[in-house]
Amino acid sequence: MSNRAEVVNSRNVPVLMLRPSKGWVPVNLGDLWRFRELVFFMTWRDLKVRYKQTLLGASWAVLQPFLTMVVFSIFFGGLAKMPSDNVPYPIFSYAALLPWGLFSKALHDASRSLVTSSHMITKVYFPRLILPMSTILAGVVDFGIAFVVLLLMMVYYQITPTPAVWLLPLFLLLALVTALGVGLWLSALNVLYRDVGYMTPFLTQFWMFLTPIVYPASLVPEQWKVVYALNPMAGVVEGFRWALLGTQTQLAPLLAVSVPVSLLLLVSGLFYFRRMERLFADRV
Amino acid sequence: MSDIAIRVDGLGKQYRLGNLVNGYQTLRESLADLWGGLIRKPPDLSAKQTDNVIWALRDVSFDVRQGQVLGVVGRNGAGKSTLLKILSRVTEPSEGCAEIHGRVGSLLEVGTGFHPELSGRENIYLNGAILGMKRTEIDRKFDEIVEFAEVSQFIDTPVKRYSSGMYLRLAFAVAAHLEPEILVVDEVLAVGDAEFQRKCLGKMSDVATQGRTILFVSHNMSAILRLTEETLVIDKGRLVMRAPSAQAVDFYLSQGYSQEGQRIWRSEEIPASAAPFFPLAVRVVNQAGQVADTVRSTEPFFVEIEYKLTAPIAGLRVGIYLQSPRGEYIFNSFDTDDCELYDRFGTREAGTYISQCRIPADLLNEGRCVIGVNASSFRVKRYFQDEQALTFSVDSTGAPGTQWTEPRVGLVRPRLDWTIKVVER
Repeated sequence: MSNRAEVVNSRNVPVLMLRPSKGWVPVNLGDLWRFRELVFFMTWRDLKVRYKQTLLGASWAVLQPFLTMVVFSIFFGGLAKMPSDNVPYPIFSYAALLPWGLFSKALHDASRSLVTSSHMITKVYFPRLILPMSTILAGVVDFGIAFVVLLLMMVYYQITPTPAVWLLPLFLLLALVTALGVGLWLSALNVLYRDVGYMTPFLTQFWMFLTPIVYPASLVPEQWKVVYALNPMAGVVEGFRWALLGTQTQLAPLLAVSVPVSLLLLVSGLFYFRRMERLFADRV
Repeated sequence: MSDIAIRVDGLGKQYRLGNLVNGYQTLRESLADLWGGLIRKPPDLSAKQTDNVIWALRDVSFDVRQGQVLGVVGRNGAGKSTLLKILSRVTEPSEGCAEIHGRVGSLLEVGTGFHPELSGRENIYLNGAILGMKRTEIDRKFDEIVEFAEVSQFIDTPVKRYSSGMYLRLAFAVAAHLEPEILVVDEVLAVGDAEFQRKCLGKMSDVATQGRTILFVSHNMSAILRLTEETLVIDKGRLVMRAPSAQAVDFYLSQGYSQEGQRIWRSEEIPASAAPFFPLAVRVVNQAGQVADTVRSTEPFFVEIEYKLTAPIAGLRVGIYLQSPRGEYIFNSFDTDDCELYDRFGTREAGTYISQCRIPADLLNEGRCVIGVNASSFRVKRYFQDEQALTFSVDSTGAPGTQWTEPRVGLVRPRLDWTIKVVER
């Protein structure tokens, strides 16, 4: 039952009841829809401001994954002779670094989104969900820019995308859903416990090694495959390589676990966020 | 019943005291609490509630008719802002309920969400969206907003290059062009120069005449009297009075409800270099001897500085800087300016002192004033300085020229002698 019953009075003006809420609060989709333009404006603000007063501007979106790829290629591909599912190691790692970069940046930005906007939270009402959501969407634009470089690399290595390339947006969506789910947890927790700010970089680093970025998922022993699939980003990264580079991978069992876990993260994140939302203005 | 805009019933807001002090708990503390809760018996809830909890607002009930302009006055921390925050959905009440008929626009602080790197144009759209305006609505009002803010030349300049006046005007302009059924306004007029304030008040009267409901919080009694018909007086979280504004303002000023007017320095606020001078308190005292946050410009009042010396100091002078909130100095004065006092207190022995300064009637204009405190021995040592030790309000009710409702420019509002000579008739 909604704590804020919205009805219309005889003057045809919406009537809002404000009273203390208890327990779990459902997501107010109507409110979110009314403020949909704000999501757009906040995303646009993040993009607009991000590379102000930087020398290299938006090329940072390319440089970060590209240079990481170069380093990985030298150390893991060249020196450590890491197997790469029969595709050149540079493109093998770059195809993974793109969704991973989106995800790790989303976690970082989303976890800080509420705390850095405390001045807004304590002054104006708007659905707080917009803050983590818009930071994550802003990352998609960086992803798009870096993706162009991936296409150029595919031309260079003469790799034609598989017919399954049209499934790519679905893998992107899976990454976004996962990022939003975890981002909601972290952002709400960060309001209450600033420890999250210290924990997030560590968590991201840890998570990266649990995701097949420098190595292929095929290296994971058979008996650990199910546990490994609990990380939705494993499904995302393997999916990217499969759809773009045509790597041989057992995607179906991976996704059968990854997708439900991702949805579980999102739903639980939404509910935790909504439950804590009433405290944000007082505690942030 | 249909003409009710806001109905508030038994509204209360509770804060845990620990939260106010720390701002937030760390995970470790929370885990420790959890652990403590598991191994110990749960603490007595009633005891906990009285010990660790304060009520910023309690048991407040009132209703506002559609189209009414209602003032809210109370000293700092009385719960005014909490009330507005609940009504504008920033925070939830802890008890009671409020019924809001229509869209609420809040002006709790102008310029919320302004980004310094973005241009004026971009900030108008961003801020408008934050305040709940549709893109098309902003498009429609864009020119009007720019014109009101008088920034058309700089509309594509990042707002970080704006003067503070331009910034404020733009911020207010966006907010003022919201068209909600209910507008809640908190102390936005405390900032900006007289011209800006005049413009804001004008805009607010326009809004009021359009039949929209306004809840208006201010320390500026003249603005309250000018804009509102009825006023709520809130003290210590409770609704003390609801009356026609003239009556409510009079009650508020005379009852010493405006009593904040005092700053007591905590020991950690005093730098070690201040020794042997230890400031204790600075306060504003009205003619009746009450510590007051608001003084009348038509009455004299006193500024007192209480301090302790742990060792004798030679040539000490303790004084005040009076400034506007924008940092313009009104005057600077020391307790030993007078030669006779200077001779008598050439060396001040250890002990506790109060230096009191009488500010004459008919000196200050309405508005907020900032008191800075300085204790020094000239060319020897500055013991203590606090540029913004205390702020207080000056209310100009009854001052010369108040028969005209326009605000007077300037920081002083002297009662001057005028003669009118008829040269030819």
